[in-house]
Amino acid sequence: MNIEVSYDDLIPNNVGLSDDPKLKRALEKWHPGYIDWWKTAGPAGYLEDEVYLRTAVSVDPKGWAKFGYVQMPKYRWGVLLSPAVEGRTIPFGEHKGEPAWQEVPGEYRSLMRRLVVIQGDTEPASVEQQRALGATAPSLYDLRNLFQVNVEEGRHLWAMVYLLQKYFGRDGREEAAALLQRRSGDSDNPRMLGAFNERTPDWLSFFMFTFFTDRDGKMQLEALAQSGFDPLSRTCRFMLTEEAHHMFVGETGIGRTIQRTCEGMKEAGIEDANDINAVRNLGLMDLPTIQKKARLHYSLSLDLFGAEVSTNAANAFNAGIKGRFHENKIDDDHRLLNDTYPVLRLDDAGFKLTDTPALTALNARLRDDYSNDCAKGVGRWNKIIEKTGVAFELALPHPAFNRRIGEFAEIESAPDGTILSQQDWEARKDEWLPNADDMDYIHSLMKPEYGAGKYAGWIAPPKVGIDNKPGDFEYVRLDQS
Amino acid sequence: MNVPLRQHLIDPELCIRCGTCEESCSVGAVSHNDDNYVVDAEKCKYCMDCIAPCPTGSIDNWRVVNSAYSLEEQFSWDELPEQEDTVESESGSIEAIDDDALALLDAAHSAVGNRAKAPASADTPSVNLYTKDNPVIARVVGNFPITEDVVENDVRHIVLDFGSTAFPFLEGQTIGILPPGTDAKGKPHRMRLYSISSPRDGERPNHNNLALTVKREISKVDEEIHEGIASNYICNLERDDEVRVTGPYGSTFLMPNDPGANILMICTGTGSAPFRAFTERRRRAMANAEGRLMLIFGARRPAELPYFGPLKKIPPEFLDQELVFSRLDGQEKEYVQDRMRQRTDDIHALLEDKATHIFICGLKDMEAGVNEALTDICHQGGSDWVECRREMLESGRYHVETY
Repeated sequence: MNIEVSYDDLIPNNVGLSDDPKLKRALEKWHPGYIDWWKTAGPAGYLEDEVYLRTAVSVDPKGWAKFGYVQMPKYRWGVLLSPAVEGRTIPFGEHKGEPAWQEVPGEYRSLMRRLVVIQGDTEPASVEQQRALGATAPSLYDLRNLFQVNVEEGRHLWAMVYLLQKYFGRDGREEAAALLQRRSGDSDNPRMLGAFNERTPDWLSFFMFTFFTDRDGKMQLEALAQSGFDPLSRTCRFMLTEEAHHMFVGETGIGRTIQRTCEGMKEAGIEDANDINAVRNLGLMDLPTIQKKARLHYSLSLDLFGAEVSTNAANAFNAGIKGRFHENKIDDDHRLLNDTYPVLRLDDAGFKLTDTPALTALNARLRDDYSNDCAKGVGRWNKIIEKTGVAFELALPHPAFNRRIGEFAEIESAPDGTILSQQDWEARKDEWLPNADDMDYIHSLMKPEYGAGKYAGWIAPPKVGIDNKPGDFEYVRLDQS
Repeated sequence: MNVPLRQHLIDPELCIRCGTCEESCSVGAVSHNDDNYVVDAEKCKYCMDCIAPCPTGSIDNWRVVNSAYSLEEQFSWDELPEQEDTVESESGSIEAIDDDALALLDAAHSAVGNRAKAPASADTPSVNLYTKDNPVIARVVGNFPITEDVVENDVRHIVLDFGSTAFPFLEGQTIGILPPGTDAKGKPHRMRLYSISSPRDGERPNHNNLALTVKREISKVDEEIHEGIASNYICNLERDDEVRVTGPYGSTFLMPNDPGANILMICTGTGSAPFRAFTERRRRAMANAEGRLMLIFGARRPAELPYFGPLKKIPPEFLDQELVFSRLDGQEKEYVQDRMRQRTDDIHALLEDKATHIFICGLKDMEAGVNEALTDICHQGGSDWVECRREMLESGRYHVETY
């Protein structure tokens, strides 16, 4: 019997895996544990079913989106880096202008390892969080999109594990193993970041998560893609191409939900979007609940940016490890030693933009870029509502709303930024955030719809299929046995 | 007169502004403002590098226009404009923009006319990336006779390489060849169209090349020998010669991508070219496809049947093939329609299956015979071919390309 796995064949890569026996051995050793993790902590069920997925087999435009049916445990998770830019230099910080590092500089080893581990930890965490969603997908199309997100988060884990094993020696190998041992929500061995230990219990949460929380991932990847450590930069640049699909799933998932709600309201002659009971009687996701969910996920995601004013962020920038969003498009000296950035802070007089040394304000700046990005997406949702003629507008809450980390962790605020006493907050928070009734209602809609071309009643079909497939395309071939 | 332009546009309703298109564009044709991502018609080279990375499909939109939409117009859009009426043809199925190519394709598709519709599962083709005025230069990397040289029919397998220039195509599409020189009146020689006989990833996988199956046209009129200009030019090409190529053309005669699709391919002579592409695509990309492939292929004799040798090696469980010869010594003439009748039960079973697509390619003469055979086959099976064909046409499952 031949049970030898051809790793050259199994792991699509452009990192010369076959010429690097040490790395190959390390990945070979890690791989069975990964598959085991996928089977026990990845999507529940669906190990045998064929899913219409895209696989990246190379980084050129022709090779990076190969579509075909695949059983998920047999997905070809690859190690792919964006092509090297010849003569690339470190784009910012105190080493600006020096040749980009191809190896980790000793002085930054632990700082860099920590960044890679934190980024790496979020990837399997989100797969674990979404583990149960396969039971209640509103269509085969959505089921397929969920799995595409899952396998690509899996690939992002591979990407980080590659960096750990290739560049961080024994420590790296240990960290790579630990990434498979932590579990989202596990009380003994949880994932590293709080937001990644919450379950994603329903599809509205999933869409919100991919829109808001994966967008934090995008911002972090954008910042790391600027890194002076070239392998990290190239890894993140390629991951960003995939991350865009996750934003797409979130934005269009919510968009289609809104679309269906507004259409249903119009059909039934409901004019008042706040008449929640009337809308719920139709089996639709009422807009005020969507607004509440958006506030919740947005505020939780803002916490992921950490403290607005942070010396860690300053150090990572100075060292040339983590840059700013679109660093290469910003017109300044890219050192920031004498610059300031206006950070929203709170003092006795209220909220105020305060000029803060730009180096320590990097988290605030990234968070602002994130908020702008979110606001544009919300604007596009509002266009959908407007087009149907329903009078309702979604809005992002004030950055101080429902925060547990950073500048506003100690206070409570209304969505409009009015500061509240603890007592007022407790009394009113159910108006602004999903309460138990809202969650019960959302759960009541979570019934699987697995007929080809069919969609659950609360969500509209997409305008175009994945890979231009027709409406009744069978995106997942459910195992009949 | 303005030459119509096939303009690349981004659908602002589908786009999520992720910026992957701008990142992947090597010529800086994609840009954005606070509202929209847009494509500069002056800069876009149709290289298609931005298509695959787009997560939404919004990037894959095209309008044929008399003058290009400006960036300012595109920035102001909330949704894409409709295809203008002044430009004929629907945006979804523009077969070609070059007048000559369009006329040739219209003639080739006349049996189905404007009812031609691409298979639902076909990929979106690139059309007319290279025009008569702006052809791509390909290099000949192979020219092999594929019929035995004793016959008067000289059919050649020509392999063209596009070097570093993108030339994306799909199985079933054609390309234009511009022969050099001018006619007696000083006009440039006319473009001719040839079906591509390679699958989309190239004659050799992942090479930027493709093959054509070209017959040397020689006819005798009143004892005078007429040589077809384009076909003789192509058949005489030598390795490393440069050829001016236009296209690709065709947006309906395309291979269904669905592995469950049954494909009944009926052809004569060089009409086999697209079916070679179909078969090779199945073999490379979906070797275990459930859908059946059936080929009914007519020629005068085995020596004149293009790719006779390689075809014999394909196992029947992968390709159910019937090779039919009309000039075998000591045997009665047999045509494709005769062999179809012998396979009445099998073909009728295929026709009953909604996953079946019929493709007919070859000389115009074959159409009537094939049509009659299908009428009889349906009749024997208790169904009506006219009704069946109407239904197949509407669902993009019946395709004819004859010349």
